Amino acid sequence: MIERLDQIFILLRDWLVHFLPANWQAVVATVLNVVAIIAVFPTLFALVTVMERKGLGRMQNRFGPNRVGPYGLFQPVADGIKALTKEDVVPFRADTIVHFVAPLVLVVAVFMGFSVLPMGRNMVLADMDAGLLFFFAMGASTELSVFMAGWSSRNKYSLLGAMRAVAQMISYEVPLLMSGLAVVMISGSLTLSKIVEAQNRYTFGLPHWYVFTPWGFAGLVLFSIAAMAETNRSPFDLPEGESELVAGYFTEYSGFKFALFFLGEYVGMFSIAGMGATLFLGGWSAPLAILNWVPSWIWFFGKLMIAMCLFIWIRGTMPRLRQDQLMNFAWKFVIPMTLVNLFVAALWRFVGPGWARWVVCWAILIAFYVLMGQTILRRRGLGPRSYRYAE
Amino acid sequence: MLGEGLLKGLAETARNFAGSFVSEERLTTVQYPEERVAPIENTRDFPFLVYDGDDWHAGMRCVACQICEKECPPKCIYIEKSKDKKPDYVGKPQIYPARFDIDISVCMSCQICVEVCPFEAIKMDTQFELSTADRFGGLLLDKQQLAKSNEYYHEIHPTEAAEVDARLAEEKAKTEAKARAAAAAAAAKAGAPAPAAKAAPAVDKPAAVPKSADLAAPVPKPSENKPESPAKPDQGGAPDS
Amino acid sequence: MTPVFYILAILTLAGGLAAVTLKNTVHCALALTVAFAGLALFFLQLDAQFAGFAQILIYIGAVAILVVFAILLTRSSEAEASGGILSRHWLAGLIIAAAVFAVLGWAILRGAQALPQESAVPAVTVHQIGTALMGRYVLPLEIVALLLTSALIGAVIVAMHEKESAK
Repeated sequence: MIERLDQIFILLRDWLVHFLPANWQAVVATVLNVVAIIAVFPTLFALVTVMERKGLGRMQNRFGPNRVGPYGLFQPVADGIKALTKEDVVPFRADTIVHFVAPLVLVVAVFMGFSVLPMGRNMVLADMDAGLLFFFAMGASTELSVFMAGWSSRNKYSLLGAMRAVAQMISYEVPLLMSGLAVVMISGSLTLSKIVEAQNRYTFGLPHWYVFTPWGFAGLVLFSIAAMAETNRSPFDLPEGESELVAGYFTEYSGFKFALFFLGEYVGMFSIAGMGATLFLGGWSAPLAILNWVPSWIWFFGKLMIAMCLFIWIRGTMPRLRQDQLMNFAWKFVIPMTLVNLFVAALWRFVGPGWARWVVCWAILIAFYVLMGQTILRRRGLGPRSYRYAE
Repeated sequence: MLGEGLLKGLAETARNFAGSFVSEERLTTVQYPEERVAPIENTRDFPFLVYDGDDWHAGMRCVACQICEKECPPKCIYIEKSKDKKPDYVGKPQIYPARFDIDISVCMSCQICVEVCPFEAIKMDTQFELSTADRFGGLLLDKQQLAKSNEYYHEIHPTEAAEVDARLAEEKAKTEAKARAAAAAAAAKAGAPAPAAKAAPAVDKPAAVPKSADLAAPVPKPSENKPESPAKPDQGGAPDS
Repeated sequence: MTPVFYILAILTLAGGLAAVTLKNTVHCALALTVAFAGLALFFLQLDAQFAGFAQILIYIGAVAILVVFAILLTRSSEAEASGGILSRHWLAGLIIAAAVFAVLGWAILRGAQALPQESAVPAVTVHQIGTALMGRYVLPLEIVALLLTSALIGAVIVAMHEKESAK
């Protein structure tokens, strides 16, 4: 019974498909998988937009939207109707083909990333050998669409926003990949389902999630920072900050194309959060061995939602980083930390099991972090402000 | 330690988030239009005309002196004087405004009309929910729409209204006292023929309710008191209309 | 020569042709990106998963962006290419291109004859690539790493130098 609840979507798909002749079954099964992904994630996107607005509101001592539907839950419907009925304004001198194609490329690249995420036991759309690499390859393709959007609008400010966005995304690709690399080193494969399997073991009821190891914890923190920067999410949202460059690279988009960009951004957030959950938080495995009766997909989506809450929480707390602060942070702090993290992960593996490796690894990470912190703080000369008044 | 500020910030936001469900001070939103914040006493939006008593037409304090019309910076007040006089609340014949229009789409709530009115006839209202679908006619308030009772004035600006009433009552008392003194002096001087004529205005004054526009009382005074006291520095600043 | 091969071939060739014939330079860069994508799909069709995804990640994710940045920063996209797309010495160019193509074609066909005919190409896993890189090809790997490091340092020095001279 628990098994069946866990595999309920697989069983449903197989039952729907067994009506068809044998040589059609595989194709239709894949199509159904794709349809499921395309149905679930935009719905989740709608839910998360409301959750974000209400969450941000509560953090800022106000209600969020609460007029449309109970507790404002139908707000995305209203937003969708608004986006669909707005006039689609394309600037006269804009490059029409590229202007049209840019949101499409973004949405396609972002949805492709879901095909390798294991959302439950046996619930991967395409279990590729180099799944992790495919995911990051799709992430890299989104940068191209950002650039296309900014350039085709023939607007200086959109172009500026696009260049900044692309520079930011390229800078943070490196820590994103390298923090994932530590996981690949330890688990020994690029296949995401194998990585989750490796974390699905329990000692004394506690799971073997990589986040509980020193390099995994640092890796998760660095991965989250890089993920927030990749998806242009606050505090790294200078390219699209409303008070900075109007809307940055999607200034000239209105109506449905803007909704597509918005969708692409949030769905990108989901996929990167899903990847983080898969790499560090054990994907679909339960936190305690006794909780294994809860279906695996509930754990995956639960972790996804917790990651979303973290993103929203950080958005509501931190001020926006300036472009040079952002880039400094990437190249001078995050990348050295990821390199040290790789080294620590290698040390973890070669010291061998036992308490020694815990002590050594934590010591190295904390020492390096404190050292970097001291250097940065000393160099910046932070301290109480001194005021000079006009005489 | 690097990152300490970030964690403190996160804790603060989390406290706000959790507190917004339980405590009032962390969620101060007033859900307009279901709930409204009561306006404070010094609120001012657009002017209104005060009337005493129950009949808005008879009790209106405005005597169409047109000072507010002249002083209004954007010239949003339009007054037409009446040709006749009508008895006011006290019974005194007074000029009244046949037309008193304020265009609230032009009015800038500067309160100058209130400051210059010598009769305490025009005051500032606190109503702001005045939107209409008619952009021009709907925002031109006429005399009837502008007339609001003195009780309403007490509701919206209690201290101001009390102060105004006290001042008016004091002036009324002074004019009554003067009239009584004048009547007594005239009665003493003129003896028999005077009391019949003088008794009439002297009788009027005690009948007046304390907060009326009793500045009507001094108006006939100059003509009456000319034989007794040539110079009469006025008590309430009643100008000749 | 399956239908998929033909489709991919048309896609790649169209991308390449568009990259040399279009007037707007940024359009050319985007068409080049399409050609890169076609190449990546070729790799994937041949079951070389690592090579295909690395092609997407590196070529489309980094090289195409680099090309586009170079075009933008040199501001040549403003002036539309005038006077047609063919240069004045198109005949010499055609002859040289044909010669290079002939040499490449001859080399590939001769090399293909020398390969043993196997029924299926064995999939090269990432594990094998990693072992080969760290074992047999470690010297080229380190030399490439040195080359990349020197390029990075050079870029930083050039940028810093410009900043100082701008002062």
